Amino acid sequence: MVQIVFYLFVLFTLGSALAVLLTKNVLYAAFFLLLTLLGVAGLFVLAGADFLAVSQIMIYVGGVLVLIIFGVMLTHKTDTAKTDYTEPNFILTKHRSWLWALLVAGGIFSVLYRALVRGNFVLLNQGEPSYRSTVDTIGRQLMTEYLIPFEIAGILLLVALIGATTIAASSRTK
Amino acid sequence: MEINSGLFLLVGAALFSIGLAIVILKRHAIMVLMGIELMLNAVNLNLIAFSQHDPVRLQGQLFSLFVMIVAAAEAAIALAIILQVYRHFNTVQLDEMNELKK
Repeated sequence: MVQIVFYLFVLFTLGSALAVLLTKNVLYAAFFLLLTLLGVAGLFVLAGADFLAVSQIMIYVGGVLVLIIFGVMLTHKTDTAKTDYTEPNFILTKHRSWLWALLVAGGIFSVLYRALVRGNFVLLNQGEPSYRSTVDTIGRQLMTEYLIPFEIAGILLLVALIGATTIAASSRTK
Repeated sequence: MEINSGLFLLVGAALFSIGLAIVILKRHAIMVLMGIELMLNAVNLNLIAFSQHDPVRLQGQLFSLFVMIVAAAEAAIALAIILQVYRHFNTVQLDEMNELKK
C-alpha cells in the first residue's frame, strides 16, 4: 500500500518536472513547478520528515512560487512585437538546441545512476528506520547544536529582505 | 515501512538531471531560476533519505532546512535582480543581453 503511494508520488513528481522541461509557456511552467514541489513534499512525508514537508509547502509553494509568478507577471512584454527569441505571444519562450541539454543532463544522470546502483551505503542498510514525529528533535537541535547556524540564517534572511527591496526599488528614485 | 531508501536517491538524481536540463535549455531568466529551485529540491530529497536512519540527531533534515532558507533568500534576490535587468534591457531573454559582445 505504502509502496503504491510512493510510486504514485514519484510518477507525479517526475511527470510534472518533465512538463516544466517540455512546456514553452513560462506561466504553465510555474504551475507545473507547483505540482512538482507538492510531489516532493509528499516524498518527504514518505521518508519520515513531516516537519520538512510542511515547511516545504509553506516556503516553496506559499513563498517562492508566488514570488516567481509575480516575476513572470512583472517582466512580460506588453507589446506583441516579435523578436528573434520570442513568439508574438510574449509569455512563450524558445528553447536552445536540445543537444547540449540532453548530453549534459543525460550524462550526469547516467553517472549518478551507475554510482547509486553499484554503491553500497552502510547507513541505508542499518535495518528499518523507526517512524515518529521529528518536530521535537528538530526544535531541540535548533536550540542546542545548531544555534549559531540558526541565528546566522535569521541574519541572512534579514539581509536578503533588505537587499531585495533595495535592488528592486533602486531605479525608481532617479 | 517497506520503501527502499535507494529509490529516494534515484528519484533525487532524476530530478537533479531534469533541473539541470531546464537550466541549460531555457532562454527565459525565470525558467532558469525554476531549474535551480528544482535542483536544490533534489539535493534536499537526498539529504532526507539518508536522515531517516539517523533519528537521534537528524543532521540531514536540519541541513536541508538550512538549504531551504538559503534557497528562499536566493529566489528573492534573484527576482529583484531580474526585475532590475528587465528595466534596464527591456527583456528577460538571456540571449538578448549581449552588450559585451557588441
